[in-house]
Amino acid sequence: MGDYSKEFLETLARALKEWQEEMAKAGYKDRLDRFTTDSGIEVKTVYTPLDIEATRYMDKIGLPGQYPFTRGIHYNMYRGKVWTMREFSGFGTPEDTNKRLKYLVEHGETGLSIAFDEVTLLGLDPDHPLAVGEVGVEGVSVASIWDMDILFKDIDMGSITTNMTINPPAPVMLSFYVAVARSRGVPDDKIGGTTQNDQLKEFIGQKTYVFPPRPALKIGVDVIEWSVKNLPKWNPISISGYHIYEAGATPVQELAFTLADGIEYVREMIRRGYDVDSFAHRLSFFFVSGINVFEHVAKFRAARRMWAKIMREWFNAKKPRSMWLRFHAQTSGVELRALEPYNNIIRITLQALAAVLGGTQSLHTNAFDEALALPTEFSAKLALRTQQIIAYESGVADTVDPLAGSYYIEWLTDKIEEEAWRIIDRIESMGGMLEAIEKGYPQREITESAYRRQREIEEMRKIIVGVNAFKGEILENEVKIPLLEIDEPSVRAHQIERLRKLKASRDQAKVNTALTELERAATRNENIVPYVYNAAISLATLGEIMGVLRNVYGEWNEPIIF
Amino acid sequence: MIAELLSETPAIGFKRRYRVLVAKLGLDGHDRGAKVVARALKDAGFEVIYTGIKQTPEMVARAAIQEDVDVVGISILSGAHMALVPEVLRLLKEYGAEDVPVVVGGVIPWDDAEKLKAMGVSEVFFPDSPLSQIIEKVRELAEKRRKRLEG
Repeated sequence: MGDYSKEFLETLARALKEWQEEMAKAGYKDRLDRFTTDSGIEVKTVYTPLDIEATRYMDKIGLPGQYPFTRGIHYNMYRGKVWTMREFSGFGTPEDTNKRLKYLVEHGETGLSIAFDEVTLLGLDPDHPLAVGEVGVEGVSVASIWDMDILFKDIDMGSITTNMTINPPAPVMLSFYVAVARSRGVPDDKIGGTTQNDQLKEFIGQKTYVFPPRPALKIGVDVIEWSVKNLPKWNPISISGYHIYEAGATPVQELAFTLADGIEYVREMIRRGYDVDSFAHRLSFFFVSGINVFEHVAKFRAARRMWAKIMREWFNAKKPRSMWLRFHAQTSGVELRALEPYNNIIRITLQALAAVLGGTQSLHTNAFDEALALPTEFSAKLALRTQQIIAYESGVADTVDPLAGSYYIEWLTDKIEEEAWRIIDRIESMGGMLEAIEKGYPQREITESAYRRQREIEEMRKIIVGVNAFKGEILENEVKIPLLEIDEPSVRAHQIERLRKLKASRDQAKVNTALTELERAATRNENIVPYVYNAAISLATLGEIMGVLRNVYGEWNEPIIF
Repeated sequence: MIAELLSETPAIGFKRRYRVLVAKLGLDGHDRGAKVVARALKDAGFEVIYTGIKQTPEMVARAAIQEDVDVVGISILSGAHMALVPEVLRLLKEYGAEDVPVVVGGVIPWDDAEKLKAMGVSEVFFPDSPLSQIIEKVRELAEKRRKRLEG
């Protein structure tokens, strides 16, 4: 039984029935047959206590900072500290990106987030034949400790935290970062940040996988194990739904697949003999914040409640911090449009609002021109300003979880939770997420969802303003917007030249020894991170280190599903 | 709109269905668009060969020839289009298949789209291009090529 009295609920049920009859009598008609959220959940005309009649407030909603953390992981949330404003940035050479990072910090950014180019994401050096055309165009090129050092020139690595969106090469990039920080005298307990290192989601979304799923999982967990022992402030993993959503998942699927990935990492650490409370507090998450504001708010609330339950009830965690679902949010990129790009500013504002109302710990807002190119200085600043205006002008951050108690939000939080559990149960019955991925289950599900969504747009069941509805004349200044241009051949030449200098300067025998030891460790199934670190400080390159691992673990070719 | 297109399946009445290669050129893994387009073309009656991600210009050109496709559809979101797409065009020409029209879709600045068209790309699609428009264009290009071959 819930908190409402039986008498009250009966009175309300009668009133609601009469209200419905009167509405019908007066001739009110809806403009659509059905209203649904982006997960396809049907939305009613109005919500009342009847929709949450079974809810016991103290069990399901509770207070911020306390189990089940529905209202937030901290007691006073943004009243204590505003979320970290962390704009995902990277393009061109490390020098180019260093300049952009400093520009953003000067304008009030409070955390860094590095976007690497595809070459780096796949663990190749800029002189690789496949790198032609790709160096520095979708992110920054980083192939060695030297590049990392330049990327963080004049940035205090002991005070700012840095996220690195890097997956198969996570141990390498972490080694580069830690080596540079240590070389500047930053103590290990001051090195803070995140390696995305969510190897499993690479097979579902983003697709910068290199190794097959099993060795990929092993490497990911190696990074968790090493970080927990050596870097008390590092988040070794950011268990990510963002890319899964962007690849086509609904918010419910995003939530379920992400938590299922998280469960797999926890199990693997426990299999290695770790007590859950010795590492769970270092796991972090990353979700999309989409334009269906209430659905995404409800998703974030459901996510916290579900993870707390998983940690406490499935894995027997004792410490509250082990039950916290700490997350970063990024506004959805696929919801941005190339047509009338300035409309994206409004879309991003709404998406960002959902993340804040949902209690995010850190936020990236996209730039309005990202359906066309990487952001310019201007569009990146505008994205940052969007967050700052929400934080300091709108008043929405002045109280914790302000939407709690809304009958709709609480109902929707329950509904999303219920549907996500159903998917998680299904994955569990397959033997967990690794098995599900090998069977192609999440890949197939999101391919279906992506196609369904596109058809909804085509058939005008989903309105996209200025794209499939309310189309008008496209103005000259909506087309001729200034975009960031990258001179790839010159970036590539610059990066190759530094690679050449690096190789000429180093003690090749030392590099060879470090790489041989790495190969031996990988073959013997040891934790590879200490060996990767040694190779990195002997000035081995990203491509060389990853080349050794490619030889040992092999490469993944995904089954074609469309 | 899609439903209308589906109802006039071009498979019926043709000796051989139009064949389209959908290729993810370059290193990025953003395959949502490519898969949605591949699926829509298949549902519209085309025979679709989808390559999967991380294809080089060489792989795309060879696949186009081996599969004897009527149209090559390239999806690219990494920003490497100005380096890689012209290379596909060059290789198709080198292999004597310059009659196979190439269309491109992805995150492509307007100016680059114009440049690609000037180089010989038949059409460039953007994140907002409707599937119906893509299907129509591919059908038109395939039809033209078949007519040329038969004529």
